[in-house]
Amino acid sequence: MILNSNIPSGPTREKWDRRKEEMRLISPTNKKKFRIIVVGTGLAGASAAATLGELGYNIEAFCFQDSPRRGHSIAAQGGINAAKNYANDGDSIYRLFYDTIKGGDFRSREANVYRLAQLSNNIIDQCVAQGVPFARDYAGYLENRSFGGALVSRTFYARGQTGQQLLLGAYGALSRQIKAGTVRLYPRTEMLDIVLVNGEAKGIVVRDLVTGKIRSYAADAVCLCTGGYANIFYLSTNAIGSNVTAAFRAYKRGAYFANPCFTQIHPTCIPVIGEYQSKLTLMSESLRNDGRVWVPLRRGDNRHPSNIPEDERDYFLERKYPAYGNLAPRDIASRAAKEVCDEGRGIGPGGRGVYLDFSDSINRLGIEKIRERYGNLFEMYEKITGENAYEQPMRIYPAPHYTMGGLWVDYNLQSNIPGLFVLGEANFSDHGANRLGANALLQALADGYFIIPYTISDYLAGTEPGKVNIEHAEFRRAEEEVKAQIKRLLTIKGKKTVREFHRQLGQIMWDRVGMARSEKSLNEALSLIPELRAEFYENLLIPGAGEDLNQELERACRVADFLEFAELIAFDALHRRESCGAHFRIEYQTTDGEALRNDEEFCYVAAWEYKGNDKTPELHKEPLIFEAVKPTVRSYK
Amino acid sequence: MNLTLFIWRQKNPKDQGRFERYDAKDISPSISFLEMLDMVNEDMIKSGKEPFVFDSDCREGICGMCSLVINGVPHGPKEKTTVCQLHMRHFKDGEVIYIEPWRAKAFPLVKDLIVDRSALDRIIQAGGYISAHTGGVPDANTILIPKEDAETAMDAAECIGCGACVAACPNGSAMLFTAAKITHLSMLPQGKIEAVRRVCMMTEAMQKEGFGSCSNHYECEAACPKGIKVAFIARLNREFIKAKIKGIKKSLPEGPFSG
Repeated sequence: MILNSNIPSGPTREKWDRRKEEMRLISPTNKKKFRIIVVGTGLAGASAAATLGELGYNIEAFCFQDSPRRGHSIAAQGGINAAKNYANDGDSIYRLFYDTIKGGDFRSREANVYRLAQLSNNIIDQCVAQGVPFARDYAGYLENRSFGGALVSRTFYARGQTGQQLLLGAYGALSRQIKAGTVRLYPRTEMLDIVLVNGEAKGIVVRDLVTGKIRSYAADAVCLCTGGYANIFYLSTNAIGSNVTAAFRAYKRGAYFANPCFTQIHPTCIPVIGEYQSKLTLMSESLRNDGRVWVPLRRGDNRHPSNIPEDERDYFLERKYPAYGNLAPRDIASRAAKEVCDEGRGIGPGGRGVYLDFSDSINRLGIEKIRERYGNLFEMYEKITGENAYEQPMRIYPAPHYTMGGLWVDYNLQSNIPGLFVLGEANFSDHGANRLGANALLQALADGYFIIPYTISDYLAGTEPGKVNIEHAEFRRAEEEVKAQIKRLLTIKGKKTVREFHRQLGQIMWDRVGMARSEKSLNEALSLIPELRAEFYENLLIPGAGEDLNQELERACRVADFLEFAELIAFDALHRRESCGAHFRIEYQTTDGEALRNDEEFCYVAAWEYKGNDKTPELHKEPLIFEAVKPTVRSYK
Repeated sequence: MNLTLFIWRQKNPKDQGRFERYDAKDISPSISFLEMLDMVNEDMIKSGKEPFVFDSDCREGICGMCSLVINGVPHGPKEKTTVCQLHMRHFKDGEVIYIEPWRAKAFPLVKDLIVDRSALDRIIQAGGYISAHTGGVPDANTILIPKEDAETAMDAAECIGCGACVAACPNGSAMLFTAAKITHLSMLPQGKIEAVRRVCMMTEAMQKEGFGSCSNHYECEAACPKGIKVAFIARLNREFIKAKIKGIKKSLPEGPFSG
């Protein structure tokens, strides 16, 4: 099947305007006849639901937490990029576009990325209008800072809590629509399946997490805004509840999953402390504006950092990448950190850590300035480690954080299933093989505020509203399948808990499908994962009943999906015989250890089609054509 | 370390509920409180018992979902720390720990340690936003905001909506929560246009939900994991009075305290 990305014709700079002009509209009075389901109410979901509700559509929004304000977007720390060029340092829409394409190692769709850069400015305007308290300078103007992979200062921020403030802005807009009656919110409700009628997405099946009841909801279109799948590694920076279920069930119903192996490991997270750790905590990339990354020059040097003189320190990011230094992009910084630890020069328990040192900046700017920029982050660090990062360097190590891969979507954010739209981290589109810092918040809001309202109207204009209701046989069928899976999980009554299985899966993924992949490690993963999955279905122990608030059952459903999806990631990584961005195959590297891309054979989006349990998925390639930029060797030296 | 835990169990809203005792053994000081609870639950599952349920999500102190009262203090003994950020090194070997849900009339209990805090969402829905339509807004630097005002707005906007303030207050008041949002938006020029409406509607919603009134105990500020200050309540009161004065001139709908 040939994937149609539906990119408009014409010069890159004009494509989005052209698309907006071509879009079919729905009259203001007719919009209320259309019902749209939005699953997930993080940045992408809340902004989409709010904006679509504002326009007059009937929205039904679902989240598994008790409130939209809990979405894990809330934890994003460092900032959001925009091409305002307020800093007057050479930024432009083109430069943000180019930095993002290059940051993605030339594996993203040009047209999508250009649009992202274009919309970035509108997003900042919208956030300020909503009352997002971005940092300001003494004259009252907005402040900026730098992020990885950029030579300009283009990131807007609210202390180290930018995601929180952006989400609360979107949550405020969503709250307004709930009050206005255009959006109906169903919290503590988890989507467990999608329903297709005549090949079109016409509803979902959900589980009420309080009563355990299974219910269906019908709509004219469905938007999945369900985030990323970094939790497949068990230890990640994600929230405990973050999962791949909604996207994966859509995949099993025919939605293609694109580039699943593009999983981002973030370089600066607090290192693992012990076996019962439930997650890893991110230390924002923005810290690398003022922190310097280093390890001792000598192996086994375990002196206290303040006793190691300058000439016995290896500021390895500055050494390897003079142009970008500590602000080298995430994939590169993570691999560099892993490399020095593999060499035996890591610090902290287990030798799995590097220093992020603020003493130079503190000396230069004063402690108060550092506190103002990052206050809450230093507090967070102290709470977890008991160490004061104003007095001794932070210890950090790479951790799974974000997933560039996701459901395949065209230029209109529509998947190959008509009526199914995917927004935010849940889709694959704009970040290629590596996402630049401060671009995730940007993409989620671009999708929700400014893209979906246009593109969904074009789809809806071609449909008849309310044609399908939950009495349709497909809903009944999907409900039965969901109930059967739940019953299956509950009746195994083995001896091992969900957490134990999840932890084991995470270990397989981290060791073999993590930062340095090889044919050997991936094949091992491909045999270990099905084994673990088989054991899961024989030995899982879930207490309690299905028709109750049962957190073990909730986790089991999510881990069951991870146990299948993990294979797709490994399979995708195995097939992609090149290194690009976050996907590093040790067999394909340059002489100085950088990623070696193979543009001739792999310059495409790998969109996988589910063919059935235990069957090999089918690959559909979307070739990536670059008109505005020329793929080059991605160097940050 | 070994600890004795008394955890509130309640099957559903109608069940009377009771404390049940659990022994937590061999707990490392470097793990977090919730991870310790995870361990206790794992043991329970393996011995065929039903584990207790509690809310958590981000486990890094920002989503506001975790909500446990530990030895009578919402979020536990450490100042400005959510329970998910609390680590076991702050407890001693042999300690007895009582773990309860947030208790407030406006937070009906769901099961065990989980309560329904949608009342807080409904207060926000009543007006905790700026009604800016998407698109058609001016350039972000058009309206200047003094740095101090932006900083105060950010201080207030740091509220994570956990409800510890309500749980700590002897009156079960949500004034600190409501005041935080009102302060955040009233510090910004964009928020001033709707200031009158906002404070009236939000305070009215707050009362309708069954939250109590503020009688200046200040337990809320003490319990707040984000350091939200009671000074914001003073600001809410000021906004309220301003609104009532303006409201009389504009004939707004009746609100609380209107006699």
